[in-house]
Amino acid sequence: MVDAVMDGARGVGAVRKKSGMRRMMQRKSTIAFLMALPLILLIGLLVLYPAFYAVHLAMLNKSMERFVGLSNFTFLFKRETFWMVVRQSCIFALTAVFFKALIGFVVAHFVHNIPAKGQRKWRGILLIPWVIPPAMSTLAWLWLFDPSYSAFNWILGVFGFGPVPWTGDAYWARFSVILINVWYGAPFFLIMYLAALKSVPEQLYEAAAIDGANWWQRIWFVTLPMMRNIIAITVLFSTIVTFANFDIVQVLTAGGPVDKTHVFATWAFRLGIQGGDIPLGASVSLFMFPILAICAVFILRDIHRRGNEAS
Amino acid sequence: MTTADIAVSQGTPRRARYGSMSRDRRWALRWSYFFLVLFAVFFLCPPLYMLITSLKTSAEISAATNPWWIYHPTLSNYVELLTSSMYLTFFRNSALVSIFVVTITMIISVPAAFALARMKFWGSAMLATGVFLTYLVPDSLLFIPLFKMFAVFNEWTDIQLINKWWVLLIVYPTLTVPFCTWIMIGYFASIPKELDEAALMDGANYRQILFKIFIPVALPGLIAATIFAFTVSWAQFLYPLAFTTSPDQLVLPVGIITTLIKGDVFNWGQIMTGALLGAAPPLIIYAFLMDYYIAGLTAGATKG
Repeated sequence: MVDAVMDGARGVGAVRKKSGMRRMMQRKSTIAFLMALPLILLIGLLVLYPAFYAVHLAMLNKSMERFVGLSNFTFLFKRETFWMVVRQSCIFALTAVFFKALIGFVVAHFVHNIPAKGQRKWRGILLIPWVIPPAMSTLAWLWLFDPSYSAFNWILGVFGFGPVPWTGDAYWARFSVILINVWYGAPFFLIMYLAALKSVPEQLYEAAAIDGANWWQRIWFVTLPMMRNIIAITVLFSTIVTFANFDIVQVLTAGGPVDKTHVFATWAFRLGIQGGDIPLGASVSLFMFPILAICAVFILRDIHRRGNEAS
Repeated sequence: MTTADIAVSQGTPRRARYGSMSRDRRWALRWSYFFLVLFAVFFLCPPLYMLITSLKTSAEISAATNPWWIYHPTLSNYVELLTSSMYLTFFRNSALVSIFVVTITMIISVPAAFALARMKFWGSAMLATGVFLTYLVPDSLLFIPLFKMFAVFNEWTDIQLINKWWVLLIVYPTLTVPFCTWIMIGYFASIPKELDEAALMDGANYRQILFKIFIPVALPGLIAATIFAFTVSWAQFLYPLAFTTSPDQLVLPVGIITTLIKGDVFNWGQIMTGALLGAAPPLIIYAFLMDYYIAGLTAGATKG
């Protein structure tokens, strides 16, 4: 209102200025578009186009000369290995994300408990698994799990337990890849939850203590509701990344023993790049898309809600 | 007022319980330290074992002694790797790729983030959401179509992209640019509008606003984004494994895994040394710039 009155008062003198402003606004949006152009090109050419190209590829035959419709998919549906990969991917991702979140949550509380001046040091130490490139750290695990020289089996041997076939047996191998993924990802949750814990107002805990809440009730009625957003978003992010995980499984087992630990990414790599059947590999990797899309929708909703709360 | 009254009135009868509460606290503290040590052992065990193995000779590694102790420490693995031209090639390739990718990422994402945060244009809100969504697209969804695209590109233009280390300069930005743009949008948006309005009044153009105001003010965010871009391109494994094969074109993670592991003969001393040296650059950056690293992690909700 005030602005409008002011504009009216300034009247004729402002006209010249205004048209200048408009021209500048037009120029401004052009400049802005040009500044964002490399980004648009990158996303368009190297993310969007390949994503649609993958759909196209998935409908070609092995030599990529003929359009075969959905027969790659029906071929996959008939293969037992495919269903095993689907099951293993789900078990792998869900178990790993659950334990990452749980360990992250628990350890974040331990770090939060200790005096503030020691927290930085502990946080620094506990984030190290996240900093090491996963391909490198999985090599260390591979060596720790070595069939004949396993350092873990040596410790177990001291206590009189038999050697564990860490990567030789299908169930142990599945356990091992999940263990490494948890080891690698838990520190990330720890950092996120620690930051979230710090943002919970101390008064809420004091109020809960006055009401006579025990530690379990304090977590259930104060901590968890206050951290709900951050827990949701970290879990969704982690689900996407864990479903798409490649490094750990490829380095530790390369899908073995007998394809028992393959996830979508490693199996797609085996079929598409190593096996030379690009269309089949593309169809396998496309199965990650629905999971990704669902998580993305939830994350976007969450971010929009948070944006609305903030404003 | 009322809460204060309640607190005062309840103060005296509760006095007795404060003592027990501090005893509880002390125990909670002890248990916290106990479990923290336990988890630290779990988290640090693989890197420590890397270090232990890297200081052993092959003879000691295959001996039936305590694997967690070094009886005859030696630096021969380090000397051997750091004089091997192949390993140095991997290291150089990794360093070149990471430095170039960081540069490309910054050149693309900083102006784009500035445009998206401050200068609205048609579709800019949609583009910001799009940037965020592309950041969620994993490498394992794109490597097969990209592989085929590069092969087709080779047929059309006769430019060989596959099996050249610089093909990674084309594909890595798809991983780094969306995230860096996203967190830079966040940092730029938090700068008060009055600052650039004042500069506009004074007749500054957009380049001056970007370089003289936004980049200096958002420097912590810029450092966090740089660290992120560097660690992602240093650690990336799937793309180089799919796109490069000849030993002189490999980057470190792939190089160690494909050349040091020869058939069934595992030279674990050298593999662990190579892996530890390969993990060193991100670890060193982390050691010195931990706060920026963590700020970058928590700024945008990050992958994990």
